[in-house]
Amino acid sequence: MIRALIARDLRRGFSGPAWLPIAFFLLVATLVPFAIGPDAQLLGRIAPGMLWIAALTAALLPIERLVEPDRADGVLDQLALHGVAEESSVLAKIVAHWLSFGPLLLIAAVPASALLAMGPDVLARTEIALAIGTPGLAALAVAVAALTAGLPRGGALAGLLLLPLAVPLLIFGASASSGTSGPMLLEAAISLLLTAGSPFVAGAAIRAART
Amino acid sequence: MSPLLRFEDVALRRGGRLLFEGLDLELGAGDALQVAGPNGSGKSSLIRLAAGLLHQERGRIERLPLALADDALALDRELPLKRALSFWGRPVDGATDALGIAHLSDVPVRMLSSGQQKRATLARVAASGAPLWLLDEPLNALDRDGAERLERLIRAHLGTGGAVLAASHQPLPGKWRRLDLQP
Repeated sequence: MIRALIARDLRRGFSGPAWLPIAFFLLVATLVPFAIGPDAQLLGRIAPGMLWIAALTAALLPIERLVEPDRADGVLDQLALHGVAEESSVLAKIVAHWLSFGPLLLIAAVPASALLAMGPDVLARTEIALAIGTPGLAALAVAVAALTAGLPRGGALAGLLLLPLAVPLLIFGASASSGTSGPMLLEAAISLLLTAGSPFVAGAAIRAART
Repeated sequence: MSPLLRFEDVALRRGGRLLFEGLDLELGAGDALQVAGPNGSGKSSLIRLAAGLLHQERGRIERLPLALADDALALDRELPLKRALSFWGRPVDGATDALGIAHLSDVPVRMLSSGQQKRATLARVAASGAPLWLLDEPLNALDRDGAERLERLIRAHLGTGGAVLAASHQPLPGKWRRLDLQP
């Protein structure tokens, strides 16, 4: 059932405008040089941070479609009746959400790095940092989506809720991209904490929201 | 033989309001119970409580595996009906046939009328293989043919040792025990 659920969520993720988060990611990378100016040295220095902000918004874009449609349509109820724990269905959603934007984002980071005058070393480190951090972002997005499911204007509230919670990941992710291994270990720890904790938070939120 | 569903001295509170208390009920094999009562008396809440989706304030509930059909469709709108129903993991041909929607197998769920969607949710329950069926307002949006098909399905299910708990404000066809909830 879990595998079927991941396949289903992935299909739904890609049936919508799946390219939208990635287009958004590249859009940010394109706009930054225009806003900052063509100073390659300056661009190269801020590039990893910019990519991280772009990745954060890319993970945030589909947040309204992650949990709320399934809650409103009774899919979450039926899953519970089929013996699938809320935590398991949330885990499936996290996996599907990450698969729908993570790998594409890692690929899109290559053209984005060219736009931002990033060197190959920095790009390689940024790719590793993004690969470590994006599962945490996906988990956080699903947890926040579950917390705000069913609320009026839940999408806007979800954005407000997610951003401060994503700050630690952003700090260590961005500094892991530009050098030493200490921040990367911290980033991995935070990403792991978010990925492991989110199913329980989201599962409890789904149960509490039942009426 | 153990009952398929048993409530013992159950109380349920929703939004600070006590919907009912001291409720006892028992459904054994072959039992059909209709929960009746005016709007807002807690029929749907009782069904969701029986399903385990809500939690009682007091009392004990025991249940066997069950299937629920309520207002929520829980089918992917963009998929053809048969694929959408098959997501729930059971062969559905017999059930769609019994409810007269087998010819719609290749039609996307979003194109179905509300009566056909209702039949689809009932088909999911019929295909579930669960001994206990919970039906919330099963006659909503069903035409006469749909109601007759549902009645035949229910009789067949009761005949094989199943049980049905249905909430409805209108009389259901066939023989039902009745439980009236007060507002």
